[in-house]
Amino acid sequence: MYQAIFYMFLAAGFIGVAALAVGAILGPKKATETKLAAYESGVPASGTARERFPVHFYLVAMLFIIFDIETAFFYPLAVNFKAAPAFLFVNAIIFILVLAVGYLYILKKGVLNWK
Amino acid sequence: MDPWYVTLIKALVLCLVLLGGFAYMTVIERKLLGRFQHRYGPNRVGPFGLLQPIADAIKSIFKEDITVSAADKFVFLLAPFISIVFALTAFGAIPAGPAGSLFGFNPWIMDLDIGLLFVFAATSIGVYGIFLGGWASNSKYALLGSLRASAQMISYELGLGLSALTVIMIAGSLNFRQIVEMGVWSLNPLLWIPLIIAFCTYVISSIAEINRTPFDMPEAEQEIVAGYLTEYSSIKWALFQMAEYVNSFTAAAVISTLFLGGYKGPVFLERWIPGISTWPFIWLILKMAIFIFLFIWLRATLPRLRYDQLMRFGWIYLFEIALGGAILTGFLIAFVI
Repeated sequence: MYQAIFYMFLAAGFIGVAALAVGAILGPKKATETKLAAYESGVPASGTARERFPVHFYLVAMLFIIFDIETAFFYPLAVNFKAAPAFLFVNAIIFILVLAVGYLYILKKGVLNWK
Repeated sequence: MDPWYVTLIKALVLCLVLLGGFAYMTVIERKLLGRFQHRYGPNRVGPFGLLQPIADAIKSIFKEDITVSAADKFVFLLAPFISIVFALTAFGAIPAGPAGSLFGFNPWIMDLDIGLLFVFAATSIGVYGIFLGGWASNSKYALLGSLRASAQMISYELGLGLSALTVIMIAGSLNFRQIVEMGVWSLNPLLWIPLIIAFCTYVISSIAEINRTPFDMPEAEQEIVAGYLTEYSSIKWALFQMAEYVNSFTAAAVISTLFLGGYKGPVFLERWIPGISTWPFIWLILKMAIFIFLFIWLRATLPRLRYDQLMRFGWIYLFEIALGGAILTGFLIAFVI
């Protein structure tokens, strides 16, 4: 049943490659230096874009990993939930409480406070 | 179980149908937006403007494909490819009818036990397309746009995953067909409370996940030009757009499947036309159309959020409400029902 994933990727990949190839073959190619410059509201670009950016984005990415893994851990639990509902519910609550401490900490630290 | 060539043909047909759907969704969206604003919308190309998407497609193919000289050439090419491949693949996991209803074949491509998880995984990899596209452009607007888009998309994935928990707990499965056959609303009226909460949070996070208004920060043109699309032109730009619209089809289909009974039709119609509730495609498409219309309607109605509001809403309100809904479901199943 899982080999269907491969065929789906094959079909989707074919569409992607075909579209890119058609565009590359049929489009005109008259490159000039100005045309190939990075867009910066019409003035010549100053420096590259390989610069520092706000730390918030890194923090969001790290928090995402923690809380998304939390969500992912709930999935097997949710699928088998009806096997032992009360036991699993108490377990899940304990797990959520542990993470809630961390969640409250990041809230108080102002990690989610975008200015 | 279908033979492999049938699966491959179905996959190709599905990809082409999705591309056609994308083309016609653009024209429907522009027509509806026109009507919302008391104007006609596109009506010059062909009858009622119906050939507009074909004209657009031909135009984007014949445009010059510009790769910025400072860009990372390979990643610049790879990013739209990743976006479109994973957008198309995600849709393949959604069943469009009961087993064997498509002239003896199954109206789905992948019938996975981890269906919902697969859709989440594939749409999450779509974030890489957007982020790599913005990064490879080596342009400041594109970088800012892609940072915003990826931070937004990963933030709202939490709400998405947690609201889906309610349905998974009630259905006890990640398989779309089992969820549909089970009928999550039919078990106990008490469960309607968490289901309604989950439905609301799921729809909101889906809209944020596919970057549509009021959550279309990645394309806030007043602030960051066109976000990660700034340096893209011709077919690569079209591929990103395509991926975005295919993702909104996937979102609409997943919402319909999880909450509205997916491919099943209303049974009372059987009185007049026997077998109509098991016809493939038609019911899923009708239900998807409701949500597609909702997405367009919201775009015509709501202004854009501010970025800090958007992140606070996702991480504080949506996250807590969705988690609360999941806990309520667990409590009801464990102790009340």
